[in-house]
Amino acid sequence: MIARENSQDSGSFYEESGRYRGLLSWLFTTDHKRIGILYLISVLSFFAAGVVLGLLMRLNLIDPGRFISERTYNSLFTVHGVIQIFLFIIPAIPTTLGNFFLPLLIGARDVAFPRINLLSWWLFILGGLIVVLSVFTGGGAPDTGWTFYAPYSIRTTSNVSLALFGVFILGFSSILTGLNFVTTIHRLRAPGMKWFRMPLFVWSLYATAWTQILATPILAIAVLLLVLERMFGIGFFDPTKGGDPILFEHLFWIYSHPAVYIMILPAMGVVTEIFPVFARKTVFGYKAIAFSSLAIAFFGYLVWGHHMFTSGMSDTSRIIFSLITFLVAVPSGVKVFNWIATLYKGSIEVYSPLLFSLTFIFLFSIGGLTGLINGTLSLNLYIHGTYFIVAHFHYTMFGGAGFGFFAGLHYWFPKMFGRMYNERAAKTACFIMFIGFNLLYFSMFVLGLQGMPRRYFQYLPQFRTNHIISTIGSWIFVAGLLIMFGNLIWSLRKGKKAPNNPWGGKTLEWQTSSPPPRENFEEIPVITHGPYKFD
Amino acid sequence: MEKTETVHAVHARDIEGAKMGMWVFLFTEMLLFGGLFLLYSVYRSKYTADFHRSAAELDIVLGTMNTVILLTSSLTMVLSISALRKGHRGLSSLFQGMTILLAIIFLVNKYFEWSAHIHQGIYPDSPVLLAMKRGDIIFFSLYFVMTGIHGLHVLIGAGVIAGTLVFTTQGKLGPDNFVMLENTGLYWHFVDIIWIYLFPLFYLIV
Repeated sequence: MIARENSQDSGSFYEESGRYRGLLSWLFTTDHKRIGILYLISVLSFFAAGVVLGLLMRLNLIDPGRFISERTYNSLFTVHGVIQIFLFIIPAIPTTLGNFFLPLLIGARDVAFPRINLLSWWLFILGGLIVVLSVFTGGGAPDTGWTFYAPYSIRTTSNVSLALFGVFILGFSSILTGLNFVTTIHRLRAPGMKWFRMPLFVWSLYATAWTQILATPILAIAVLLLVLERMFGIGFFDPTKGGDPILFEHLFWIYSHPAVYIMILPAMGVVTEIFPVFARKTVFGYKAIAFSSLAIAFFGYLVWGHHMFTSGMSDTSRIIFSLITFLVAVPSGVKVFNWIATLYKGSIEVYSPLLFSLTFIFLFSIGGLTGLINGTLSLNLYIHGTYFIVAHFHYTMFGGAGFGFFAGLHYWFPKMFGRMYNERAAKTACFIMFIGFNLLYFSMFVLGLQGMPRRYFQYLPQFRTNHIISTIGSWIFVAGLLIMFGNLIWSLRKGKKAPNNPWGGKTLEWQTSSPPPRENFEEIPVITHGPYKFD
Repeated sequence: MEKTETVHAVHARDIEGAKMGMWVFLFTEMLLFGGLFLLYSVYRSKYTADFHRSAAELDIVLGTMNTVILLTSSLTMVLSISALRKGHRGLSSLFQGMTILLAIIFLVNKYFEWSAHIHQGIYPDSPVLLAMKRGDIIFFSLYFVMTGIHGLHVLIGAGVIAGTLVFTTQGKLGPDNFVMLENTGLYWHFVDIIWIYLFPLFYLIV
């Protein structure tokens, strides 16, 4: 198969086949690769919208009230959160890179349920459009924050019900993807692809898929009850009717904390694929990395209470939640040390995927370690609901999951599109984004420790300097983003043709042509050894 | 093109995979109801006395009837699968039809039960209900929401069985291709099991 270098013409999946032509051949495709591309376009469009909203928030904070009103600001941080969480970072890696590469990595021709895969994309688009619609209709864009805490979310006249309904549908889409991946990994591995011969990205997708399956239904019922609460006044979360708003917080975080691992685990999987390839060395501690994915998913399910340390909970529960929160750091640390050990004494070639991965480690480590500060009961009282939290989760989610996604995008771009991008531009973009990111969010750590509360429209004069630094950082960061995506989009047409295996990767996707043929492999490969065998 | 067809055929024949997908889906359904059962248990421990009093107002005869109806429908469902596996399409269709009929009877019963409460002025956010104690408000809201979402599942289940019934009569399902009916059966038993928990929690513990 390797002898077929550059033979991109033999039936790439971009060529039309089947019943439909043109746009319809995409909208009704059941090919996991095409669905991956559909998701990529949709997810990145929502991401762009979320970034613009974030920029507007930062713009307000450079001089509160000059550009944006209070009401608009409340909607900005709500819709920014909803879009970036539910429409970008949760689906980002599993539905794009996961859909495209999971079957390729395990030597399958497609996922287990190709039509359900398409259905899940349709539901994603439907849910996304409903969320967008909620911004422009009814009583105005939701203003509750992405957490939809009761009782305010019951009382507000803004268009919360529609947004919640959109989130409900998105949850359905996410569950179907998870269900599909679990079944695919169990049933469709190529002959000889034993569990411990699977690439580690597959392991991380497996852990993610289970989390999607086991956590998302709780979100579904929580938002459904909130909609019923608003429509029929059932009173479950309304103290005047005997309900308890804190129960909503519990239900919400029973999903939304594991969701954090739905976001970060696939990114960890992506960089785990990248390090061995660019260090020309087998991955260090294969089983440790595989099991740590499962351990993170497992512990991640049991720590939701740490979002509610100040909400009213018994000391016993708070101590237990705090303890388990610390335990999550162990498998995360195991991963970081394994990545570094993989690089140690390797023949390192710094291409942009590796650069993004290294940035990932740096930013994620800051995010992870500040997570321990948040998880400490005494410190949490002090920083709860401040910019410290905002900085922390942007370091983990954006610096972690986001940069992991960018790393994967650069790593697999040649395979997905059959073109190379400009390496220099990619590195420059990564560098600018790194600078911008730290200006944008590190200043928020300082602001948080100084006592600046999150979601506030206005602030005291002593916070001004850091707010200005943060806003300037947001401009630099977006400049980097524009260069990065500009480079990738330019390369779609103008880039050099990609060879089948530009990085010398050993996993299965590199053994087929770039872009892959419709059926992925001429013949289903037979696997005789582990995924990272470098000589 | 031909190759694409074979791949999908291979997928379609992966009975294990299809069943696994269904089981995983049922996990998610279980957790969806799990959230509701969680609320129930919290509020039950908070308002024990109110829950006892309110539960006594539910119609235990209708509740018991519905339990028997739903359990019987599970039996007819199983019989329809056995019949199909043995190649008796007509018999299988008959049992599937009976299952749908029982589902409809269940929903009609539920309708009468709900209307009786609504005529008394008891429904979420009603003035009569809001005048009652807090535990009563929560009990009846839980009752309407939980049996309502369960009823929705019965309705969806009946719809799906109607689909398999059409496929069976058209000959698309048969002794060598019964996994769709079997999965439908799994779903139906799940709906049944949820009711088996709802019944004692709302009607029996008084």
